[in-house]
Amino acid sequence: MWIFSSPRIVFGEDALNYLEELRGRRAFFVTDANMVRLGFVERVQKHLRAAGLESAVFADVEPEPSLQTVRRAAEQMAQYQPDWVIGLGGGSAMDAAKAAWLLYECPTADPAAINPMETYGLRQKARLVAIPTTSGTGSETTWATVLTDTDIGMKLSMGTHELTPDLAIVDPSLVTSMPPRITADTGMDVLTHAVEGYTSTMHNDFSDGLCLKATALVFQYLPRAYANGQDMEAREHMHNAASIAGLGFGNSMAALAHAMGHSLGAVFHVPHGRSVGLFLPYVIEFTANGGGTRYADIAKFLDLPAEDEAQGAASLVAAIRDLQRRIDFATSVQQLGVDREDFEAALPKLIANAEADNQLFFNARFANSEDLAKLFMCAYEGRSVDF
Amino acid sequence: MAIPFMSEEWAVALKDAINTNDAYREAAATWEGDFYFIAELGDGSTKTIYLDLWHGECRDAFVVNDASVKTPEFEVSGKIPAWKKVLAKQVDPIQALITRQLKLKGNMAKVLRAVKAAQELVNSATKVPTEFPE
Ligand SMILES: [Zn+2]
Repeated sequence: MWIFSSPRIVFGEDALNYLEELRGRRAFFVTDANMVRLGFVERVQKHLRAAGLESAVFADVEPEPSLQTVRRAAEQMAQYQPDWVIGLGGGSAMDAAKAAWLLYECPTADPAAINPMETYGLRQKARLVAIPTTSGTGSETTWATVLTDTDIGMKLSMGTHELTPDLAIVDPSLVTSMPPRITADTGMDVLTHAVEGYTSTMHNDFSDGLCLKATALVFQYLPRAYANGQDMEAREHMHNAASIAGLGFGNSMAALAHAMGHSLGAVFHVPHGRSVGLFLPYVIEFTANGGGTRYADIAKFLDLPAEDEAQGAASLVAAIRDLQRRIDFATSVQQLGVDREDFEAALPKLIANAEADNQLFFNARFANSEDLAKLFMCAYEGRSVDF
Repeated sequence: MAIPFMSEEWAVALKDAINTNDAYREAAATWEGDFYFIAELGDGSTKTIYLDLWHGECRDAFVVNDASVKTPEFEVSGKIPAWKKVLAKQVDPIQALITRQLKLKGNMAKVLRAVKAAQELVNSATKVPTEFPE
């Protein structure tokens, strides 16, 4: 048995206007200070007021939200008693909103133990709206939340189907001011979701088409959105691609590039999309070298040479490396400015982190400790994976 | 000679297989937590074994006929075909849990942080030649 979850998705120009159709009394924002500064909170509030909703704002979400922050947000939420929770921002704000909402609904739940096997009975007090302001994590369409437990210094990637937002507002006007570097990083996260969602061991008929379409949208529109942030057509398609890839991988799981990316990100504080996108081509090579994969399908969909699996994987890797060059994206860990000695010293920790990441399990070819060591070194030096 | 799944002999063989698996010892070095593994048979009855896993070692493993004998931190239960798939490595244990082929009672997050140990536990179990009931 498996479940396909999706919010109602409102997308395109003026999607924010849909908020005026909400019915309720009060909304509670979980967001970050930047969203207040950019005027995004005020823009959303204006629509809520038109719907007759008052609102309160928690704007303290940090880039890698901690359990501690989530608890504070939940306490304020409980005092305000909203019937709508609004996660506004990048993945961090939306993930924090999900977890804080769960604690508001279910105060005895342990946020570090959120899992798909338990029933929480959410939606007794409030429903959740997710409004992304980057085109990347796809958190607006997934049931996952990534939090950091600062007590044990570890990222916890958790979820339950009930955490799927009720409503996702995918409005491209919220991403036009995203700087090129963030456009590139978050865009590569989208590509990694789409490719890993299609090839993970949890792939399924319901998510396959979404992953393929999102992959094609990234190849077509990411270079344009990167080169010219005011290219509204490219911005809109990339914003849609992020939500579509979220639906795809969210219902089929990510894999090894995410396990390695989370690990590198935690040790060297590399932004999520930059690290998972960097590992993606290496992971494809490694997985394809193990034999049967599904990369040829993706290559065919992109009109790349794909006579067989090996050729399909190779042409997909070549296309990704070409895309990375066009968006000035680092193709090795060395290029990120990580010192070789530091990297080699951190290697045991990098491997241990990756091995504690459940995404590792969903890769079509399992990477053991030795494989991970060699993969990390290939990615450090920018060497192709030949094992 | 294959050993009947979830028999006393099987429990002993599993304990030996775990304790001679260096990769498990390493992966589970910090693990503290005991289990009931419960197989649900076609006729509605169940077979249960108790497994005490502590710092990379299996300290105890035996068949449980009265479930109140122990109060383990975790319970993993499932039908025979699900156990068979996991032990044949057709499905990995975490995948079996999230697709509810096997059900877990206990702190799932703790198990999800011990994925390597879970896999090595399964690797140990595959070393036991097992005969499943029809
Ligand atoms: Zn990601």
